[in-house]
Amino acid sequence: MIELILFNLTNGLIIGAFYVLMALGLSLILNLSNVINFAHGNFLALGGYLAFMLAPVTGYWGALLISPLLAAAIGVVLERLMIHRVYGRDPVYSLLLTFGLAFVMQDAARWYWGPNPLQIDMPDVLKASLSSSLFFITWYRVFMVAIVVATVVGLFAFLRYTRVGLRIRAGTLDLETVAALGVNVKLLRTFNFGLGCLLAGLSGVLATGQLGLNPNMGDDLLMPSFIAIIVGGVGSLAGTLFGGLLIGVAAAVTAAVYPAGSEVVIFVILLLVMLIRPRGLMGEEGMLS
Amino acid sequence: MTATILAATQRPAQRRWLPLAAIWLALIAAPFWLPLLGGYTALAGKVLVFGLAAMGLNLLLGFTGVLSFGHAAYFGLGAYGAGLMLKYVTDSTLLGVLAGTLLGGFAGMLFGLLIVRRRGVYFAMCTIAFGQIFYYIAYSWNDFTGGFDGLRGFHREPIGFGPLTFDIADGTKFYYFALVVFAIAVGLIGLILKSPFGRTLRAIRENERRARFLGIPVERHIWLSFSISCFFTALAGTLYALLNNFADPLTLHYSLSGYFVIMVVMGGMRAFWGPLLGAAVFVVLQDYISSMTVNWMSFIGLIFMLVVLFFPRGLLGMLRRRSAG
Repeated sequence: MIELILFNLTNGLIIGAFYVLMALGLSLILNLSNVINFAHGNFLALGGYLAFMLAPVTGYWGALLISPLLAAAIGVVLERLMIHRVYGRDPVYSLLLTFGLAFVMQDAARWYWGPNPLQIDMPDVLKASLSSSLFFITWYRVFMVAIVVATVVGLFAFLRYTRVGLRIRAGTLDLETVAALGVNVKLLRTFNFGLGCLLAGLSGVLATGQLGLNPNMGDDLLMPSFIAIIVGGVGSLAGTLFGGLLIGVAAAVTAAVYPAGSEVVIFVILLLVMLIRPRGLMGEEGMLS
Repeated sequence: MTATILAATQRPAQRRWLPLAAIWLALIAAPFWLPLLGGYTALAGKVLVFGLAAMGLNLLLGFTGVLSFGHAAYFGLGAYGAGLMLKYVTDSTLLGVLAGTLLGGFAGMLFGLLIVRRRGVYFAMCTIAFGQIFYYIAYSWNDFTGGFDGLRGFHREPIGFGPLTFDIADGTKFYYFALVVFAIAVGLIGLILKSPFGRTLRAIRENERRARFLGIPVERHIWLSFSISCFFTALAGTLYALLNNFADPLTLHYSLSGYFVIMVVMGGMRAFWGPLLGAAVFVVLQDYISSMTVNWMSFIGLIFMLVVLFFPRGLLGMLRRRSAG
């Protein structure tokens, strides 16, 4: 019994970790640029596929390092090419644009890499289990959680202690004033978009070992990420972090008791939060309104 | 700006009636001229259904200025409501339509209450997330809704008014049934927009803060607008279930919400008939593209991107601008 609960709790934390990485990237872009990036799940898949192509050349560790950066670079190019054109316009345009981009990116991935799931060869170290009684916890899972924790800590430290991070946080609250103070807002938003895509790409590389690599692997993560942001409170990155972990664990625990309800429980949490605390658990009133 | 409004109101009566007559004539005669161009009647039915859904959405999006990216939920609820009613409860088509419309509409009213204080992109995000609830329910509740395979086992029944009975099993006959429902619904939308309530919605769209200072209960109006638009979209959903004799879980998916929004924007969201035009163009393009290539997703995605980047005013918006300037 204890093992079953532990099993589901670890599953939940790992799924929650993916939600967190996805949702933090989405949240960064949403907060600074008021754009909901429908294509975020496709940047995740892109990260995974780039790692698949790089792994034979650079090895797994090299791919883990390089492919998120490449995904971010592609994100920056796309932002410069088209997404920056919808900043400040009616939200309908940014939603439609990224929605269309998601379709094209998914189809392109299917066309180039094929519809069937692919696999990346991992180092043997990561394939082994911790112990025979805890057979379900492989080193890969430990490693994955460690990377996610390190990334999240790094991101928060970056936003807290660097000048660029400070500008991103200030821009979230009042972009006009930040622009008036002489900050290059155009560059800031581009960088911020790339940062979001970097997180998506990283979770893509990590997800290949867990969820498999296929053209629509990001789709199932997109909706829970939206919900993580709303539950945590729009505008609050800490809220997003908390929301992602909460719904990940809740879904996994429900899956142990009643498998069919594991996705519905996420929405139940959403409903409860909207009923009791409409601004989200850690959100502030008036964000993005 | 004032000049264009004046010009619009001072247009001679016949020039205002001409496009309207042309639209209705084209719709009434569609089963006759469409096959000549290589189309089929079910395609015209699809245009009507999606056109109605998009016009319902446009009440909110174009005329109140509030973006819902989750209207597929209410469309799909309409479809499932009608399907379930016909399958399990009654064999009256009209009762099925009523049940579906009420199911989708009341769901919209309830959710509207929760999200009406959100604005802009935040509101849109809440509608997406809420919309997906029903997709997962339909998907998971296999025994009742048919799960991933969709709901089958019902078909449109003849409609009886006392001694009169209309059989709508045939495609063309169903098209005319759908056209009658469409005409009534569109007439209602027109009336709503012409009423003081409709004018208030436009006032909120143009300047929400000013509307608030004038003492207009903005939240209540947005909620009403959202609810009414959900009712019309749900009505369209019931017609869609009848058109196919099938309710598909994908009618609940947010992708369809995206299709509705692009129909509205592509046609022109400030124009009353814009969404119908957008629906016609989108449905025909989608039908053609998906019959030509397996990479239809890329082309649909490109259409989205091109509309946003190069034709943000939509087809009717561009026409109007050209004639004004």
